[in-house]
Order: sequence, then C-alpha cells, then structure tokens
Amino acid sequence: MSTIKIRAKESNGSVTVKALMKHPMETGQRKDKKTGGKIPAHFIQEVVGKANGEEVITVHWGPAVSKNPYLTFAYSGSKGDNLELTWTDNKGNKDSKSTVVK
Amino acid sequence: MKRRTFLKNTLMTAAVVTTFAGLMIKPKRVFAAWPKESFDITDLSDSIKSVYGHDDLSETSEVKLKAPDIAENGAIVPINIKTNLKNVESIMLFVENNPQPLSSGYNLTSKSVPSIGTRIKMGKTSNVIAAVKSNGKIYSASKEVKVTIGGCGG
Repeated sequence: MSTIKIRAKESNGSVTVKALMKHPMETGQRKDKKTGGKIPAHFIQEVVGKANGEEVITVHWGPAVSKNPYLTFAYSGSKGDNLELTWTDNKGNKDSKSTVVK
Repeated sequence: MKRRTFLKNTLMTAAVVTTFAGLMIKPKRVFAAWPKESFDITDLSDSIKSVYGHDDLSETSEVKLKAPDIAENGAIVPINIKTNLKNVESIMLFVENNPQPLSSGYNLTSKSVPSIGTRIKMGKTSNVIAAVKSNGKIYSASKEVKVTIGGCGG
C-alpha cells in the first residue's frame, strides 16, 4: 500500500494539493527508553511534486517536520492534470503516488 | 601500461576531480540537493546565512504566516505561509529555539502558487520565521508560538 494520500482540486486556474505521508520522522535525538541509546534519525528529506511530468515544487524537510507529515501547496494548473508526488528519506527509501486533479 | 597512456589517464582523472571539487564549493543558495549543512546549523542567524549568504531579511505584511498562538502539542504545530509577492523562488521556515532552526524549505517554479502548509515539531516556545525569496530579495514574517508540551523529546 502506498504511504501517500493525495487530494488535488482545481479552482480558478489554481490547483491546491493536500498530501499526507506515512513516515516516522525520527529526529535522531530521541532516546530509546529500553536501551538508553539514541534512536537513529529517519526522516523524509525531499518531496518532489510534478504536474504532467513538469516539476512544480521541491520540498526539503529536516527532522523537525512532524511524524506522518502533511504538505499542502498550490500551482497553476487544470482539472485532469496528472499530479505525482515522490518522497525520499535519509536512508534512500522512496515512494511515489500520482492522482488526477479534480 | 604504456607510460603515455598512464600520464594521459592521470591527467584526465585530475581534471575530472577538479571539476567536481569546483561544483562542491559552489554556494548552496539555490540548492538542488538536500542542504545537510544548513539543516545541521544550531544558530538562527548562521542558519539563515547558510541558506541565503546573508541574513538581511525585510519584514513585511506581504508575507502571511499562519501559526497558532499557543501550541498545546509541540509535536504537531500547523504552519501555513503564503504571499502576494511575485516571482517567488523559495519559501523557508525557521524556528529560532529548535535545536536546528532550519525546519523546511520549499523551492518553487514559475508554475507554483506561493502558498504552502505543513506541520512541524517545536521543542519549546519560540519565534517562527517565514522567509520568502522574491526577485532576489528576502522578505519575512515572524510570529511567536507558545508551546506547552515540547515535541522534540521522548
């Protein structure tokens, strides 16, 4: 199952994209209560949004973005656009999902 | 290996290495890759400088920063930034009192509408600064968010 949920809606020539990603967003500063050691950092570093293959936003996130991060952005576009989001985390994991703009 | 071939190869490698080194030193003001350096900095002003090369921000009402007055849970603080400024290249979000002030950055294109939103973690009460780069200048808005339970510990 995809880790990304997207909603993209057009109104007056502008498409608003709302997305939720499933990710622990570990800062690397939290301690494991059992072992006392630090939990290694694990967070999404980059999210790229493309509309019909053309990049409309590149997001860089640090570890201070909340767990299961939420992102909203907007671009000039129209209904029927193919919107694709891809995230990459600091361990090189990736996921992407596309949706059709409503 | 023939001496001549060896020399040629060595020179080629040297040239390639130099080109790479040149690329690495370039300032990361418009960053293509994830700017590790900027995200690691612990001082606000140094953090802003590492992103823009200076910390000359003009505070303006044209940048709208929406954040709660009081965040009951520092682990989820909703932030929205938008602006009427034109030709916006990037939007950056800094949290002064977080261990690393740079929280996130948004690189826009000519098709983008300058309006973004996310949810961030805040360790304690702090000023939140939204910086917008438009026509080469940096505009900003800031707001204090009171945090009752920090979101960075555990």
